[in-house]
Amino acid sequence: MPRITIDPITRLEGHGKIEIFLDEAGNVANTYFQIPELRGFERFCVGRPVEEMPLLTNRICGVCPEAHHMAAAKAADAVYHVDPPPAAKKLRELLYSAFYVTDHTTHFYALGGPDFVMGPDAPVAERNILGVIHKVGLEIGGKVIQARKYGHAVVEIIGGRKVHPCTSIPGGLTKGITEEQRKEIEQMGRWAVEFAQFSLKLFNDIVLGNPAYVDLILGDIYTHKTYYIGTVDANNKVNFYDGLVSVVDPDGRRLGKYAPHEYTEWIAEHVEPWTYLKFPYLKKIGWKGFVDGKDSGVYCATPLARLNAADGMATPRAQEEYERFFSTLGGKPVHQRLATHWARLIELLYAAERWVELATDPEITSPHVHTVPTEKPTEGVGIVEAPRGTLTHHYWTDERGILTKVNLIVGTTNNYAPISMSIKKAAQAFIKQGVIVTEGILNRVEMAFRAYDPCFGCATHSLPGQMPLRLTIRDAQGREVAVVER
Amino acid sequence: MAENEQFEPVIIGFTCNWCSYRAADLAGTARVKYAPNIRLIRLMCSGRLDPTFVLKALAGGADGVLITGCHPGECHYLEQNYKALRRYLLLRRTLSGMGIEPQRVKLVWASAAEGVKLAQEINAFVKEIRALGPLNWPRWDGTEAIRAEPAEVTA
Amino acid sequence: MSTNGAKPKFAMYWAAACGGCEIAVLNIGEKILDLDANFDVVFWPVAMDAKYQDVEAMEDGSITLCLFNGGIRNQENEKMARLLRRKSKILVAFGSCATEGCIPGLANLSPAQEVLDTAFSTVTTDNPQGLRPQYDYAMPEGVIHIPAFGAVVRTLDQVVPVDYYMPGCPPESHQIAAVIELVIKALHGEAELPPRGATIGAGVSTVCDECPRRRNVKTIQQFVRIQDLANTDPTLCLLEQGIPCNGPATRNGCGALCPKAGAQCIGCYGPAEGVVDYGARLISAFASVIDAKEPEEIERILDGIPDPAGQFYRFNLAASLLRAGKAAWSNGRPAVN
Repeated sequence: MPRITIDPITRLEGHGKIEIFLDEAGNVANTYFQIPELRGFERFCVGRPVEEMPLLTNRICGVCPEAHHMAAAKAADAVYHVDPPPAAKKLRELLYSAFYVTDHTTHFYALGGPDFVMGPDAPVAERNILGVIHKVGLEIGGKVIQARKYGHAVVEIIGGRKVHPCTSIPGGLTKGITEEQRKEIEQMGRWAVEFAQFSLKLFNDIVLGNPAYVDLILGDIYTHKTYYIGTVDANNKVNFYDGLVSVVDPDGRRLGKYAPHEYTEWIAEHVEPWTYLKFPYLKKIGWKGFVDGKDSGVYCATPLARLNAADGMATPRAQEEYERFFSTLGGKPVHQRLATHWARLIELLYAAERWVELATDPEITSPHVHTVPTEKPTEGVGIVEAPRGTLTHHYWTDERGILTKVNLIVGTTNNYAPISMSIKKAAQAFIKQGVIVTEGILNRVEMAFRAYDPCFGCATHSLPGQMPLRLTIRDAQGREVAVVER
Repeated sequence: MAENEQFEPVIIGFTCNWCSYRAADLAGTARVKYAPNIRLIRLMCSGRLDPTFVLKALAGGADGVLITGCHPGECHYLEQNYKALRRYLLLRRTLSGMGIEPQRVKLVWASAAEGVKLAQEINAFVKEIRALGPLNWPRWDGTEAIRAEPAEVTA
Repeated sequence: MSTNGAKPKFAMYWAAACGGCEIAVLNIGEKILDLDANFDVVFWPVAMDAKYQDVEAMEDGSITLCLFNGGIRNQENEKMARLLRRKSKILVAFGSCATEGCIPGLANLSPAQEVLDTAFSTVTTDNPQGLRPQYDYAMPEGVIHIPAFGAVVRTLDQVVPVDYYMPGCPPESHQIAAVIELVIKALHGEAELPPRGATIGAGVSTVCDECPRRRNVKTIQQFVRIQDLANTDPTLCLLEQGIPCNGPATRNGCGALCPKAGAQCIGCYGPAEGVVDYGARLISAFASVIDAKEPEEIERILDGIPDPAGQFYRFNLAASLLRAGKAAWSNGRPAVN
């Protein structure tokens, strides 16, 4: 069968390849989204001391090392059955909130955002952060740099470094913060709240104010009815750092909530031999293939999923936006995957508000940030919400705290099945008999995965818009019938 | 390897100038035989032994490494043989962690007068390595970093 | 964005990488405008949509500067290393993965098959048939491919000649900014690049030189696990407090950020200048300062380092003299890549 190969997919973290097969009529028969990489953390972390895991697992992802650092820290705490002092937990969550601001900012402005702000069919040279800046003003570029700068400054103050933080140990942190540092963090946080509100307004004016984009968001092509999961606090509000994982079905009904140590009762991973990555699904429902619906165990773990799986946001301005989101889109749950871009900005606002909340907490400058573990290490699970999905670290150790086994279910991995389905549905909708496959068509296929923010926030600005791509379409005899270049 | 052929280990021996190297000399002048498998390299002191030398030997084809020095308390440079001892013990643990039998590296004390003893230790070590079998560390393609040719940089 | 081709071309690529090097480049902040003003970015998968075919279509040597991060773990990584070497004038091994293998290099302690087996048989993996990834798999519509998994992780210079090495996991942003400025100046004839093969963006000494903590003549009587210390002295050398800090063998240039934050240096900047095997030097350094003479006492102290292979080769295994653990190859035959 003739095929179109997109290799590599771009504007995301990591490697991936899409194979689109066409039948004799020129319609899409099937698509395969393959992940060609594997490094083997679950094997080579065995034999390492558990206190190194917040440092080793940072290197799973340099875009969201903070997520792995925190999941590892919590898993290491659980292994030692030790509860860090309140100030340590608050400092970790403060670092984490500031990190969320940097990550969601880069995704919206440079990765997924340009497709929206400029439009899916905008000329390639404009459909990037530079085009965004030209359209909305140079000032924006400066704001985006500043948002990232501030967020990473907080990561460095609390975590020691901007990339691959180093201060979490079993039982807490290696150091606290001074009052001077706290003031600095608070000031940056207040600016971040304004920036988040500005971003939401931008989305409102440019995207929601454009009927064509609204049609795209609400349309069926990018819509899938699946289960949704996300961590919630004691009040069932979204929390990135700690809580229980809420699972809701495609109708929005809560199936249950699980604690970290219960995750194996809920999540299993399906294997296909044509890719290095596995497909998580809900165990209680079962793997029924790459299909939507209540009877399929496929689930989604993204900002959209988190908003669907929770009852609200824990901070006031974000809560207002949460309510507006669902009332605009016709109630809970929302299934339109492009709406994830909007949900992401609501989370951006929550993260900034939470940043200020924690920075002004009276305990945050406490010097008591570590509790020495006294129990023998055994086994533990740590879960946080990575920006692109629920992140689970599970460690088993010997009596010295040396790892004997490791299991990881990483943020984007949760979404491998829904992303594959989204790509296929978009390809089938846009590539059809009689349709000339332009690069805009191909971009609409790529937009299907970009909404999920598959792990990476990109340049803040100043990158060329050329998106060169060359497709060779062959007939069943392998003869070239068309070459499309962009 | 044919069945009647015996595996002949390649051993590198790092001997200190003041004690064990003189012991090897003494064995020679006294015509005390020791296995020819060992190639001796003289260091001024066992404390000069950089673990790098041991790793280079093993990576380069040696099946075993013997380190010899002055008895504790008799080091010509006072205390450096203790450093050798500590480096040796830590190196062995590391080799073990990498799947290499720690017995392939051995530290032996021998004074200048102990020619016979040194010969016996060498022979014993060769036997031990023969029992362990060859190490045959892979000669990775290009163990040296490949350097680029100088070229013009133009804007 | 100018596309008239008059500006020198820039590329950045990630092999078996984590993306941290990309983030570190972005964290140079406003400096990235200088990069944009002076270069045409022609290939950078994280950020823009040039595909592999576009690189293949470029003229050999047409990319002036290519920052290559990530280790060589699979066939695709190797293919891209060779391709970008052909297409680039200056190829920089950027970051710890490309220069020394970095943390994924720890996989070299196990057979590659075990790495795959572990991933496909975890406690949550539903795989009753014991399926493993197939490099060429026939689906009803056609055969699809994934790149073959290499026997070991390799560094960039174990595959192609490298012009410069930029260490760090990731390289610190102020160092990246300085290097970019140097290259721009060199392009304008205002500065000279160091000789080929040099390590750039870092110092030649060790992290200890940048560390503000108080140092004394060391007499280490125990090694401890950092979580077991009730009160660490924030002004005193961590090694002297028994925490196994890799500062003494690690190249400086990072600003000793981790010891400043109360955490031990884990060695992400690689070996100091002139060091052949990082682990050997660190073993030597630790052993030198242990305060014990009797074998039993020494062994007791060394019990405080429960994972020596990891402690001494955490970032550097793939670049070390041995390059891998014995289990990574078998039957005495060299590993086949």
